[in-house]
Amino acid sequence: MYLCGSIRGAMNLLIKNGHVVDPVNGINKKLDILVSGGKIASVTKPGSIPENGAQIIDASGKLVVPGLIDMHVHLREPGFEYKETITTGAAAAKAGGFTSVCCMPNTNPVNDNRSVTEFILSQAREAAARVFPIGAITKGSKGEELAEMGELRSAGCLAVSDDGKPVMNAAVMRRALEYSKIFDMLIISHCEDIALAAKGVMNEGIVSTELGLRGITRAAEDVMTARDIALAESTGGRLHIAHVSTAGSVSMLRDAKARGVKVTAETCPHYFSLTDEAVRAYNTMAKMNPPLRIADDVNAIKQGLRDGTLDVIATDHAPHAADEKAGEFDYAPFGIVGLETALGLTLKLVEEDVLPLVEAIRKLTANPAGILKIDKGSLSAGSEADITIIDPSLEWTVNASEFKSKSRNTPFNGWKLKGRAVQTIVGGSIEGRDRF
Amino acid sequence: MALRTKDLLGIKGMTADEIKLILDTAATFKDVSERDIKKVPALRGKTVINLFYEASTRTRTSFELAGKRLSADVINISTSTSSVVKGETLLDTARNLEAMKCNIIIVRHSCSGAPEYLARILKSSVINAGDGFHEHPTQALLDMFTIREKLGRLAGLTVAIVGDIAHSRVARSNIHGLTAMGAKVRVCGPPTMIPPGIECLGAEVTYDMDRAIDGADAVMMLRLQLERQAAGLFPGVREYARFYGLNTGRLAKAASHALVMHPGPMNRGVEISSEVADSTPVILDQVTNGVAVRMAVMFLLSGGTKAEA
Repeated sequence: MYLCGSIRGAMNLLIKNGHVVDPVNGINKKLDILVSGGKIASVTKPGSIPENGAQIIDASGKLVVPGLIDMHVHLREPGFEYKETITTGAAAAKAGGFTSVCCMPNTNPVNDNRSVTEFILSQAREAAARVFPIGAITKGSKGEELAEMGELRSAGCLAVSDDGKPVMNAAVMRRALEYSKIFDMLIISHCEDIALAAKGVMNEGIVSTELGLRGITRAAEDVMTARDIALAESTGGRLHIAHVSTAGSVSMLRDAKARGVKVTAETCPHYFSLTDEAVRAYNTMAKMNPPLRIADDVNAIKQGLRDGTLDVIATDHAPHAADEKAGEFDYAPFGIVGLETALGLTLKLVEEDVLPLVEAIRKLTANPAGILKIDKGSLSAGSEADITIIDPSLEWTVNASEFKSKSRNTPFNGWKLKGRAVQTIVGGSIEGRDRF
Repeated sequence: MALRTKDLLGIKGMTADEIKLILDTAATFKDVSERDIKKVPALRGKTVINLFYEASTRTRTSFELAGKRLSADVINISTSTSSVVKGETLLDTARNLEAMKCNIIIVRHSCSGAPEYLARILKSSVINAGDGFHEHPTQALLDMFTIREKLGRLAGLTVAIVGDIAHSRVARSNIHGLTAMGAKVRVCGPPTMIPPGIECLGAEVTYDMDRAIDGADAVMMLRLQLERQAAGLFPGVREYARFYGLNTGRLAKAASHALVMHPGPMNRGVEISSEVADSTPVILDQVTNGVAVRMAVMFLLSGGTKAEA
């Protein structure tokens, strides 16, 4: 049983007339859901559950899905609270429809030991969404010595990653994958060859040439994706590739999966929504690592989502203060926030017929839950009532100044999106504003 | 006719007419530097700041002289001796200068896009004196002025630019400008120094210097920065000079009237042999013309029109 921040609801909830999409249970139709004691009591034919003093949510015209799970966010606490805290990050998650998030360990201090993990969990106790910590692969994420994986697991970490950085030393990565088998611990890899990436600040290509900015070749990611797949294959450890951005990575993942390698992968909404053209005019809001790539990569990402090569959509939510993103492009830190725009951008894929709705929801619920091996991501009776209610026809304009996150660093400000979470229920509890 | 924007950030996006306006205006100002009293009152009472985040002799002095010959008050700020050393941001530095009511801020910065950022937030006119690898518009303008002066035109000429194109703002600005004016541009260097997609800017690419120079009307040599060797971009100056250096033998393959140009400072014996360097006065003409071109730019950005120059 994993410890995490959570809220338990007391009252019964009856969610009526909603269109339930529950990929795990193969459900894609109108059903009513009864929540009791913070758990899903039943999911049945509309109108068949007596109201009996339950709080009613009329979900007509809405989608009712398992609470969304974001397995890649940066909550910045401890150490960088001026960018985000666990509280504000969880509020942003809830606003975006996420009931669970996994926070990366590149805090200060790095989460490579029990005390930091426990600190994060204690800060997350009252948070608006559940927070599951991810520990570091190596001590201090320095890439040299393994962190104490067993301690991190028993403290509550679901996975380990040195995210923000790659584990450059292949031998260290190999040992991490081998050692992880004791605990069946997921290893999440940030695939980037530092020597190739050098001092690059955006994708290497026509745009970087024109702007006179140092580029990061797609090979910097591909080389490490290839390496880590080979290591996963030879060690039998469980590998998950973070933030896939290139066609090359998608292609290698497809082949690896066909061979039966235990590898899974995630991509982020910006990699299927933008290209490096977004960087023109030196837009620091379009600066992240891995960088936005070119149309061929965007198409490959979409294809990878479609054919299942890419299992998960995660945000890599990376808040930064306004001052940090102002000024010279070279000096701006990498990263954009994503919790509050991910669902809208994902639903755009559904509207564009890139993904069927069920698959889009699967990438945000069942798949991350399955990879993290947590009992979430479905609306099965008996499970904790983490439910997201989505209004798929709600047209809205992204307004960064209204974000619940402390930070506003998004390239999507002003974008018109269709579809938004109007209710995010964690453990049967609905609090905070809804948008009915 | 006047310039469309308050700033000069780059040659990209400028029309042939705008470039011609600057070159024609520069021709008028060139005379001023030949006179005994090198002064015209065009910018009298205006304040010009040279905000240089990168070291420079040539460009900064050139801008300073240009401003002073126009009768402006010119202040030089080099950041090693300013509060940038105390950690002051670009934004705050610029705002403080603007608060002192400066008309023109000339910026050289190691980060591409820095002048564009300043131009967005400041009301003053911003002139890009070189930003990262991005653009060095006044250099390209003085290069085009020089070619036009010596050969009578730009359209239809072939210009070869040789060297570390990838890290060169001079190359990029010249590609934009020369192609806009109807010239053909060939870029040449080792593959490690040719940036991806440069052909999309309108340049022909070759790794073979003899092919690049063949029949060229002007050959622009770029300075090889020796730290590129440490970065593994080329194995050493000996090999570089052998394949990409301009010597008299190679120069013979260019057109007989070919101009040899260099933005300076030169690495004698590396990208250009001493013989060639010393037998071509055009390189120094570039410097002379630089002052005139910069006078023209400052004049036009301050609302001057060619008729008044």
